[in-house]
Amino acid sequence: MEHMQIFFQQLINGISLGSIYALIALGYTMVYGIIKLINFAHGDIYMVGAYVGFFAITKLNMSFIPALVASMLFCALLGIVIERMAYKPLRNATRIAALITAIGVSLFLEYGGILIVSPQPRAFPDVFPMSKLTFFDGKVYMTNQQIVIFLVAIILMILLQYIVHRTKIGKAMRAVSYDQDAALLMGINVNTTISATFAIGSALAGAAGVLVGIYYTSISPLMGIIPGLKAFVAAVLGGIGSIPGAAVGGLLMGVIEAMVSGYWSSTLRDAVAFGILILILIIKPTGIFGKNIREKV
Amino acid sequence: MKLNKKIAFLLVLVLLTTIAAGCGGTKTEAPKEVLIGANFELSGNVATFGISIMNAMEMAITEINAQGGVLGLPLKMVKSDNKSDAAESTNVATKLITQDKVIALLGPVTSTNVLAAAPVAMQYKIPLLTPTGTAAKVTVGDDGKTKEYIFRNCFIDPFQGQVGANFAVNTLKAKTAALFIEKNSDYAKGLGEVFKANFTKLGGTIVSEEAFVTEDKDFRATLTKINATKPDVIYVPSYYEQDGLIAKQARELGYTNPILGADGWDSGKLLEIAGAVALQKVYFTNHYSAFSTDPKVSKFVNDYKTKFGSVPDALAALGYDSTYMIADAIKRAGAADPAKITAALATTKGFVGVTGTVTMDDKHNPIKSAVILSFDKDGNQIFVESVNP
Repeated sequence: MEHMQIFFQQLINGISLGSIYALIALGYTMVYGIIKLINFAHGDIYMVGAYVGFFAITKLNMSFIPALVASMLFCALLGIVIERMAYKPLRNATRIAALITAIGVSLFLEYGGILIVSPQPRAFPDVFPMSKLTFFDGKVYMTNQQIVIFLVAIILMILLQYIVHRTKIGKAMRAVSYDQDAALLMGINVNTTISATFAIGSALAGAAGVLVGIYYTSISPLMGIIPGLKAFVAAVLGGIGSIPGAAVGGLLMGVIEAMVSGYWSSTLRDAVAFGILILILIIKPTGIFGKNIREKV
Repeated sequence: MKLNKKIAFLLVLVLLTTIAAGCGGTKTEAPKEVLIGANFELSGNVATFGISIMNAMEMAITEINAQGGVLGLPLKMVKSDNKSDAAESTNVATKLITQDKVIALLGPVTSTNVLAAAPVAMQYKIPLLTPTGTAAKVTVGDDGKTKEYIFRNCFIDPFQGQVGANFAVNTLKAKTAALFIEKNSDYAKGLGEVFKANFTKLGGTIVSEEAFVTEDKDFRATLTKINATKPDVIYVPSYYEQDGLIAKQARELGYTNPILGADGWDSGKLLEIAGAVALQKVYFTNHYSAFSTDPKVSKFVNDYKTKFGSVPDALAALGYDSTYMIADAIKRAGAADPAKITAALATTKGFVGVTGTVTMDDKHNPIKSAVILSFDKDGNQIFVESVNP
């Protein structure tokens, strides 16, 4: 029984962490799906989201939901600005040029963040007082923060699925993703569609930032680097470009990390995470949900 | 254009001669003050430490001068910022000695930066006193010989780890312990090793040894694993950001036994990160307690609070004491002579400061007591006990 309880505890640990990875991975995958760009600045947008949430709660005295919405709106706007200023001029340039620009934007956000908010970590205010549910005779714990993270992540994913498959802009996104030139010929405003994709992806990262602030209570300007990379691995694992793939890949990454730390060694956790990236790229580069499209030569 | 350049050149020349003349003029006069150099981390990633110490040191200088200074002259501190960088620390030490002609150096805060400044002090034979460099090799060279001009005013890591282990066994009655070590920190690794050695020597068992890296935020999986081994105490000797997160997450996972740490836990941010509930039954070893009833300590704490609006941390207290210690050594040396001051520092005996009574041993490490601190139900630090070496 003891083993079962530890296993369930690790599963809960993993799913909470995985929900956050999934939210960030969704942004990666959406942007990749539409303009074939690995947006390395995505992890840093998540950091900005955490700080916007922090200032909304501490300085403007907002409660959780308004702060979450404020952070999502701010990040959506930031996503659009970044796309317009950094990526749009390079849309017809080589992919490597856009990729390097993304790394530049990432460093700009990180060190700009250090300049503006100082490198010292800040303590995120306690929005939900700590309380927890227990299962299995009080041996397995789940905090209300973990429940909130999981619920918010699920709601946002359902919302995203609705936008992509049931709305006009979603249809435009799918069309642009399928064939940009053909979409343009059909009268779809490609620029607006790409901006909308960046806005939605960045808003999800912003939400993840606020959730992480609440979950870990400590935020800093460089907090986006590692989760950003892990979410990238998650997106590749699920199949980059695929929205359900990012969600499943994120959750899977979280659970794998928890299980590796719990049953093997905490120091091997990151090695396993990035080992998965290498393995996926060798064995099945399209990931779990990826479509097998042959590259046109 | 050409004429302009010539005029500019001439102007610069005139300016330079005036400056040179000015310098020459002051040099011939008798010294008006005793200069000591302060090489501290006033910007960069550990700037809060440097600034905290600098505040306390300036307070001490003002007090010393109000009481008549040293050798009948006022004491003056030449401040320099090493930007929390080892190479810059070497530069600053050189500049303070060769240009400002200081007779003693105070600082830096971190062991790494002290090690970078030490060769300069050794070369120019100027005494260097670090208030806070805890690594053993700061005062002792690789050849095992004590560095003649390098001193410190804080206990060293092995002592702190030993105090932690003694406290776990004797006061907490712990039979089993888990280590949770930041594997890319020399500080945490060193403390972990000493704790382990002493804890097992006292009859305890280490049931689990786990590691994390500085960037980690999620410790739940590893803590679940540690929790399953049911340790009586978890030893976490890191800095407050990780410590706070670990305490919080351990409590969320239902771990109720004590958590033990070291001086890295001493920060106002800890409470904000962990929350008061998670800090119950958390203990850590530290240099001094601001809640001591000693009148010397309460006077220092009150003065500092009035001046800077916050309770002085251990760093501030050590900086304050170090300034007095240098002043004391200069007084005993009887002259503003680096060699005599060095000799006086080495023979410091029974010097009473706010962080305890200090006697310098032959390795230039002070023999002084450590304190154990904990937290009340609102998360404020409380004094538990004082441990003598």
